Amino acid sequence: MIQIDGLTKLYGTQAALRGVCLAVPAGSILAVLGPNGSGKTTLVRLLATLTRPSAGRGTVGGHDLVRERDEVRRLIALVAHETQLYDDLSAAENLAFTSVLGGSPVQGPRLRDVLARVGLEAHADTRVRALSSGMRRRVALARAMLRAPRVLLLDEPFSGLDGDGVKRLDDYLHGFRAKGGAAVVVTHSLGRALAVADEVVVLSGGRLAGRLAGADLTEAALERLYLAASETEWRPSCA
Amino acid sequence: MAPFLRVTWAVFRKDLTVERRAKEGINGLAFFALLLLFLFYFTLGPDGERLRAALPGLFWLTFVLAGLLGLGRTFALERENACIDGLVLAPGDKGAIYLGKLLAVSLVMLAMEAVFVAATGFFYNLDIWAAVPRLVPVGLAGTVGFAAVGTLFAAMTAQLRARELLLPVLLLPLAVPVLIAAVRLTEVALAGGSAESSAGWWRLLLGFDVVFLTAGLLTFEFVLEP
Amino acid sequence: MARRILGPAAGILLAAGLTAGLGWAPRDGVQGDVQRIMYVHVPAILAAYAAIALVFVGSVGYLGTRRETWDRAAAAGGELAVCFIGLTLLTGSIWGKPTWGTWWTWDARLTSTAILFVLYLSYQLLRSVVDDPERAATYAAVLGIVAALDVPIIHFSVVWWRTLHQAPTVLKPQAPSMDPAMLLALAVNVAGFLCAFAYLAVRRCRLLALEAAARHRALDA
Repeated sequence: MIQIDGLTKLYGTQAALRGVCLAVPAGSILAVLGPNGSGKTTLVRLLATLTRPSAGRGTVGGHDLVRERDEVRRLIALVAHETQLYDDLSAAENLAFTSVLGGSPVQGPRLRDVLARVGLEAHADTRVRALSSGMRRRVALARAMLRAPRVLLLDEPFSGLDGDGVKRLDDYLHGFRAKGGAAVVVTHSLGRALAVADEVVVLSGGRLAGRLAGADLTEAALERLYLAASETEWRPSCA
Repeated sequence: MAPFLRVTWAVFRKDLTVERRAKEGINGLAFFALLLLFLFYFTLGPDGERLRAALPGLFWLTFVLAGLLGLGRTFALERENACIDGLVLAPGDKGAIYLGKLLAVSLVMLAMEAVFVAATGFFYNLDIWAAVPRLVPVGLAGTVGFAAVGTLFAAMTAQLRARELLLPVLLLPLAVPVLIAAVRLTEVALAGGSAESSAGWWRLLLGFDVVFLTAGLLTFEFVLEP
Repeated sequence: MARRILGPAAGILLAAGLTAGLGWAPRDGVQGDVQRIMYVHVPAILAAYAAIALVFVGSVGYLGTRRETWDRAAAAGGELAVCFIGLTLLTGSIWGKPTWGTWWTWDARLTSTAILFVLYLSYQLLRSVVDDPERAATYAAVLGIVAALDVPIIHFSVVWWRTLHQAPTVLKPQAPSMDPAMLLALAVNVAGFLCAFAYLAVRRCRLLALEAAARHRALDA
């Protein structure tokens, strides 16, 4: 479903991502871990077509990230650090607006349904400005659900959610995977990664430091890998 | 409705809704324009004749200055919470977003212009009302032309530092033809009729509108996602 | 190519043209020697238009292909546009002093040229303010296209506006009625300036390409 090959992103002379190769088959979830500045958010933004790679290629659902951006955008939903919500519109109005932009406008009842799935049916008409940050993240999640995407890109989706929110997200992810979707989840939490992912990769300094999957994916192995990746960051590059 | 027009309408409505509900609660542009009215009186008055003679120029000076503020605001609202990413992720022709924003900012500007013209009539004791039917087309054509180029460059500068400086620096030289033509046509409208040269100025103004509306529709996607 | 053909061609043509214009071309009956500045002023604005065209072509090319070569061409064009428009303004102003007694007049052509100068200065400003090179190239390309489209419109609006208020400018070379010797000198100078423009543009593009290559090498190291 997602395939990237030698993906590199340069900002001026800084390399945020260097030669990363990954594959995420349909019906699976990939967790991406790594210390700050390791390129996790850049990777998600590249997959979301929010930015263009400096080198390398990638496809989502068979569509090229650079040449077939619109097709990729129709397949994906992004839940990022920033909520992309208009503070002065209500939760429902935000969802309605995004649905029109996405090409399939949605009417009131369906909007309320999806807000109920994230536990916000009582706040459908509340201005986003009046919602707590955890609730805003739920609205962002609802927006992703509304699109019924084939590919989910989540950048630290669990941060800011309370216990109920975490459970709803977990349930949604499991259902999503069961229906054949592919998801990339960036997270800081090893526990969450273990709980939800089929495969885990660790980034460090913009490069892929290691990957674990299947039987290898244990808590101990992951901790080792994560620590090793964090240390690599500190090694001077001219050694 | 075609998807393009649906998106245009959604963006247009969204911008106006956000503007209406914004914390300031008043049409900030109209308020600013009224302040300029007073400023003109303090700086160019109290000689009524001098003010009246300069009126067409003062109109458009005000519209442009207030318009710059309005253009800045239309993309400032997208900067919060990275809403601009939401716009970038929309599949399809980005020109629809451009058009929606252009229409919204034009409407806000036109409302400001109406308030300003009415206030001018009141404060400077002028009989503006007879001229209003002739002023409306000029206001429309000039505002849309200014907004056509303005929306494009407001989108561009919104993502840069020094944006408050860069927008006027980029926009004003480009908007010179609109200013010249609109002021000439306003003169004619206030004086009470049409002059032979009017047709030429109309051609210029409408030509400008068409050229830059088209240029905006075609290049907006490059500005939104460089 | 630039060094071998354009450079010497520009040099020869300019040398010939300027000696012709400033030396043996006949003296203008009405204005005297000060009219000779036309031999620099007119070619300068023509070279400026060539530079503006280069910016436009480079901008369209870049947006279409995303290849840096087009962006470099636009960048070189932008710099040369500022130089040649500046030269036009300077020579126009120098002409004005003995002719009208002031360094600046709001003559139609001078005014619209001044607007162009500000416009292409703002083009340079945009390029320098944006940090990310890809973004800078894209934004500059959009401005390059819009500005070039506006150039004729600005020109007409200003000239029209001014001619309603005063007689047409004396800066316009009276082409058909001009002395053939003057025409020849002018033509040589125009050719010289255009060659000089082409030479400078090519050399500048080459320099920008070398800078880009050096940056890429530093990156791979």
